[in-house]
Amino acid sequence: MFGRPLLRFVRKDTHINFMRGRFAGLITSAVLSLASIGLFFYPGLTLGLDFRGGIVVEAKTSGPADFGKLRTALAAHNITHASIQAFGAPNDVLIRLDTGDGQETNKVVDSVRHAVDEAQPGTTVLRADAVGASVSSELFRNGMLALGLSLAMILAYIWFRFEWEFALSAVITLVLDLTKTMGFLVITGFEFDLVMVAAILTILGYSTNDKVVVYDRVRENLRKYRTMPLRELIDLSINETLNRTLGTSSTVFLAALPLALFGGTTLSGFAWTMLFGIVVGTSSSIFIAAPLLLFMGEGRLKNSRTEYKQ
Amino acid sequence: MYYSRLKLASVLGVCLLGLLLCLPNGLRNPFPSMPWRQIHLGLDLRGGSYLLMQVDLKSLTHDRLQTLADTTRETLLKSQLGYRNITTNADAGTVSFNPRDASEADADVTALEKLPRVVPNEFTVKKQDNGSIVLTLSQDAVKARAREAVTQSIEIVRRRIDATGAVDPEITRQGDDRIVVELPGVSDPERIKTLLGTTAKMTFRLVDSNPMHTTAPPPGVSLLPMSDPAEGGPLPVYDHVDVDGTDLTNAGAAIDSQSGEWAVSFTFDSIGTHAFSTVTQANVGKRFAIVLDNKVIEAPVIRSPITGGNGQITGGFDAQRATDLALMLRAGALPAPLSVVEQRTIGPSLGADSIRAGMLSLAAGFVMVILFMALFYGRFGWYANVALLANLVLMVAILSLFEATLTLPGMAGMLLTLGMAVDANILINERIREEVARGRTPLAAMQAGFERATSTIVDSNATALLAHVMLFVFGTGPVRGFALTITIGIATTLFTTLLLSRLLMVRWYALTRPTSLPV
Repeated sequence: MFGRPLLRFVRKDTHINFMRGRFAGLITSAVLSLASIGLFFYPGLTLGLDFRGGIVVEAKTSGPADFGKLRTALAAHNITHASIQAFGAPNDVLIRLDTGDGQETNKVVDSVRHAVDEAQPGTTVLRADAVGASVSSELFRNGMLALGLSLAMILAYIWFRFEWEFALSAVITLVLDLTKTMGFLVITGFEFDLVMVAAILTILGYSTNDKVVVYDRVRENLRKYRTMPLRELIDLSINETLNRTLGTSSTVFLAALPLALFGGTTLSGFAWTMLFGIVVGTSSSIFIAAPLLLFMGEGRLKNSRTEYKQ
Repeated sequence: MYYSRLKLASVLGVCLLGLLLCLPNGLRNPFPSMPWRQIHLGLDLRGGSYLLMQVDLKSLTHDRLQTLADTTRETLLKSQLGYRNITTNADAGTVSFNPRDASEADADVTALEKLPRVVPNEFTVKKQDNGSIVLTLSQDAVKARAREAVTQSIEIVRRRIDATGAVDPEITRQGDDRIVVELPGVSDPERIKTLLGTTAKMTFRLVDSNPMHTTAPPPGVSLLPMSDPAEGGPLPVYDHVDVDGTDLTNAGAAIDSQSGEWAVSFTFDSIGTHAFSTVTQANVGKRFAIVLDNKVIEAPVIRSPITGGNGQITGGFDAQRATDLALMLRAGALPAPLSVVEQRTIGPSLGADSIRAGMLSLAAGFVMVILFMALFYGRFGWYANVALLANLVLMVAILSLFEATLTLPGMAGMLLTLGMAVDANILINERIREEVARGRTPLAAMQAGFERATSTIVDSNATALLAHVMLFVFGTGPVRGFALTITIGIATTLFTTLLLSRLLMVRWYALTRPTSLPV
């Protein structure tokens, strides 16, 4: 443990023919992404408070939560359309409701607090959030802007550092990753909010990082083996970087795992999405980004190799 | 491959400095003379309230239009021009009137063009096709007013919050027309919301005594409701402000000695005293309304001129309301109403739970990554682990130096940075392994490993950096904390992996001169 490594993922003479599975990989990915896009439209994402606006009050009632009493007390404050949910312990309740503009939202959240206290005196309010409609649409716009601009800047960077075939196949792969993540969010019902945008951006960053490493090796091998067919060359590059790919995805996975297990309500959705994204991002480097590069670069990248000779 | 003593000393020096900068977070300021910077806990960890408040642009526009209408009247009178039907429209941002005679229209425009403007091109004066003349406020002028109002409001908000005894309130501007108020430890912001939601603009104005005007007020007179509806219906009050509440020097809540009711007593400054005595001298026998935020608190009859500069308002207050009103009068009126558009409150117990969850995850994740590196990369893995520890220390050090705010997502960012940081070590180690397999000598293999891996490391970190800078620019609140820690983490990662862990490997090689590498 202090000298030579005890474990490793694959032997150094490993040669898996990944490109043989290129159609299977692309088709599986396309099907999953299409299904995710379908899910995105129906039933659609569960928008979090940041993007939907409204009120969320999380409270710990003094005794076991009495839903009937809570409902009556809320009705006494003219709040009839609230959803009251249990979560965690029997005395944890989550009250959420949609409201109109900011001023109203701001008053209703106080009424909810009063109502909870009247229903079960001694209740502690753990969290009370109210987001007005104008703010939520603004947050949503900014979140989407951050996502869009990040993708554009990643595209620009890879384009600048590599040839356009690399940049384009990387960004197509990222978009495919992104749609699958959306599908994951719809299926799990995790709320899509600003924290989730952060998770998605981290996944994009990580996934790009993974692709850059493989592409970097492809580029190096393009210079090294000038006569090798592109298909073999890409396979070789993936195999050479396989230990690193698996190693890094493991460490990131291990780092995110405790967050998913112990991170509490705020972070568990974030962390599970991260874990999903790490698996998707790692496999897409091998099964999607590489085949795409092969299709786009067949012929072209070979020609450009003559430039390196000069 | 060679590290000069200077380089060695500076890399170790940076790590030591980092360790030193981390200290304030654990210790209670033992050297008061030293600059003591530490990480602040965000509201999500500490518990507290976050309020995002917006200045009411419409009310600002309305106020400006009102004064614009006043100056228009004065200017026209001074130039001996007549006018009919001056009206203001806050939605459109216009003051319009009809000239006494169509032939005077051009003279009206010329006279009004000369009106002083608060900002360049504040408004335009135009003759309409139907013969009326319209003054229109420009959008830029409204925005400029909003910015100015925010600047004034921040000061007043601070004074009002300080008066409530809240600890460490943080009040900052956001954009053109918003104010962020962060109140650590305040788990029920209702009273503060009420305090900040009240403009507390107090004015003293004469009541129109014409009984006809209680239903249809002429221009220049408004029907204002009583603040206590039990006192009667709306009163016709002149728009002209005789004495302004800003001319107060002091205000306090007290129990009125005669009625035994709660009252707010106040003292005018010299301007206020002068204005008050002038008005009361000229209008004995008339009713004088005390108006707070466009509601009449009371409208007593002036029995004799009041020259002393002292006064008292009794408006059926309870103790809390009298205290709050006095507080607001002392702190000053807000230039426009502030409304809460976003509010987030986190109770102290949830904050404590979050810290525990964050710390536990951080520790567990750190240990697992360390074990992984030890098992999969042996000796070089341990060097990577030393670098990882240094990375954590440096991250905390830089966050302390910036006095940054640590949020729960920020802690997640730290953990993910640690997970990603060893990527650079993995790249270097895998590369060395390949070079050894190709039959290179240990020295050549290490050299090639460092060189070839460096560009990959820079590329992969650059793309991650881009994504998170975007998040920092467009994100708000805790998410910004996440983006900030990751951005800082990428910088510290480059330092610890490209310099520190490499240095450890090179030192080990120089000291032992091994014939084979532990890869």
